[in-house]
Amino acid sequence: MAQRERSRGKAALYLVIRSVVPIVLALVVAGILMLTIGKNPIAFYTDVFNNGVLGGNWQASAVLMTPLLLVALGLVVVFRGQLWNLGYDGQFMLAGVFVAGLAPQMMTHYPVWAVWIGLTILAVIIGASWTLIPAWLKARYGTNEIITTLVMSSIGIGLTNILVQYFFQDPTVAEPTTGTMTTAQMLPNIPGTRIHIGFIVAIVAAVVLQFVISRTSFGLRLDIFGSSTKAARHVGINSTKMIFALFIISGGLIGLAAAMDIFGQWGYMRTNWNPAYGDMVVPFVFLARLSPLGCIPFIAFYSIFSTGGIIASQDSGLSSKFLLVIVALILIFMSITEYIGTKRDLGQSYLPDELKEVLRRPFDRIASQGARR
Amino acid sequence: MSQLLTHTFITAFIVAWLAGAMPLMLAAVGETIGEQSGVLNLGIEGTMLVGGYFSYVAALHTHSLWLGMLAGGIMGALLTSVLVILSVWFGLNQIVIGIAVTLLGGGTTAVLFYSNYSQSTPRVPPATWNIPGLSDIPILGKSVFNQHGIFWVSILLMVVVSWLLTRTNWGLSVKAAGQKPLSLDAAGGSVMRTRSEAELLAGFFGGLGGAYLALIATSAFTPFMTAGLGYIAIIVTMLSRGKIYLVAIVALIYGLSVASGTVLQLTALNVPTDLISMLPYLVVMAMLLVFARSVYIPPALAAPYTRGAR
Repeated sequence: MAQRERSRGKAALYLVIRSVVPIVLALVVAGILMLTIGKNPIAFYTDVFNNGVLGGNWQASAVLMTPLLLVALGLVVVFRGQLWNLGYDGQFMLAGVFVAGLAPQMMTHYPVWAVWIGLTILAVIIGASWTLIPAWLKARYGTNEIITTLVMSSIGIGLTNILVQYFFQDPTVAEPTTGTMTTAQMLPNIPGTRIHIGFIVAIVAAVVLQFVISRTSFGLRLDIFGSSTKAARHVGINSTKMIFALFIISGGLIGLAAAMDIFGQWGYMRTNWNPAYGDMVVPFVFLARLSPLGCIPFIAFYSIFSTGGIIASQDSGLSSKFLLVIVALILIFMSITEYIGTKRDLGQSYLPDELKEVLRRPFDRIASQGARR
Repeated sequence: MSQLLTHTFITAFIVAWLAGAMPLMLAAVGETIGEQSGVLNLGIEGTMLVGGYFSYVAALHTHSLWLGMLAGGIMGALLTSVLVILSVWFGLNQIVIGIAVTLLGGGTTAVLFYSNYSQSTPRVPPATWNIPGLSDIPILGKSVFNQHGIFWVSILLMVVVSWLLTRTNWGLSVKAAGQKPLSLDAAGGSVMRTRSEAELLAGFFGGLGGAYLALIATSAFTPFMTAGLGYIAIIVTMLSRGKIYLVAIVALIYGLSVASGTVLQLTALNVPTDLISMLPYLVVMAMLLVFARSVYIPPALAAPYTRGAR
């Protein structure tokens, strides 16, 4: 029994190491890259920590974490089903623009709380509906959903800009922006902090999704569908329904993220604004092994890193796009760590057969030459 | 007067058409080579940006568009080697690595551009080639037959790729690697080697596409200038079922929508610019919806080949 406990502890530790190592490696390589272009990585990372955590800055990180976590949950659902919804930006923006565009007007007629609830539901519906065409194409013709969601995303972003300029434009300002909510019309803060209650919504959503995935029959069917569509068909899972369900839940959660972010943090929307939360979230969703609760620490880490990183890159004269490079490095190291881990678990050789052959060839040649001599 | 207006108008339209279609065509030809061999290169967006940036830098330093194009192609292949090593050699998930390559290409070029050129933003001088005789033809002479030599070489390269894929043993190996890698392995070919070669060539063409966009189509590099063109290249590839002439046709349809957008802006009509930038995507989505049935993907696409695995 004790031994089992210990091995379980060991397994958990192993899991943590496998999840943290890629991040550490990425930060080290990013540091080396910074050195090559003449920046001081230690000063940069210290600056990130100071501006992301210390002096109450952690609260700004928590505010950023709200939409990131909800988008991450939306990705967890589809990724578990081995489907790729990469159209998060279009879904987010389109849901957000309706919230920002309609709220200021509606709040003059209806109680604020009713508008919060009503528009949040609308945002969920819009986010979900923007996934319907890719879902249909995937279910009916097997068209690659990566591509269709990306194209729909571009259309959604364009449509958002048009909506801001021609439908929701605030007539009192010259810039193309929607009306702005007053502080009283935005979501209240958690008492004693500067974090709006959308943060609680995000955490609750993570808990609920964790429950659905690990404790309900839907979660089980989702995992069967994700591991093998053939097996899913054998046990009577309707793949068309499953594809639609997963895309709708995913788009809906991303719509929820938009509603919480607009109501909680921004209060308005302008053209050519795109926070692109989804791109940043992808690696952390995988590092969390597609577990909703597991996402929380990783997204928290990234929120701190992003909040501090934007200020730190301004301080050091580096483009904030450097964060993209770090995220890309995390993805690469994550895949490598995963590869090594799997091979180790299976007790297999780290090199694929064909590559080994290629590497062995020159040595064989030398050996045969030696033998001839 | 009105005669002159229509002439210049149509000339401008054809120039915009070719400028919109060519970068996409080059990138989609690259993607086609890769996909035929069974590798899904989702990083083509990053490859194009890297190709565009380094072609721009090289052209500024050497004052040669040719060397710029070459640099763009080589850097595109170099970035793609990340995908080759990780996904082709070690069989890591092509989608995850593809996203990483896109972010890496976009992030690196943006950081480099902002730290080196954001103050000065120099432009590459545009260049044209007048083909004697042909360039005197009324409309085509000033639009098609005064294109830079790079335009003609790009078309020649595409013909060469088409020949390679359909008429050579190498092309047969590439198709085998994408259709049934096991049979290629059994016949004594190397899946890994074939896919690596195909993917590096794909990266070269992706880089060329970005370089064409930066040097010929817009005369400058701006961060994230591709704005999803790489993803459209993947769609074009899927619609054209591995045939280069279909790649050219689909890319020309796309270019037509880009050009009509540009022309709509030139006219006095009050069309929202966002609608214009959305137009190509709407066209692509419409094509996908109409031709959904004929979208073709090689059976072994995005599946790493492991010898002996079932």
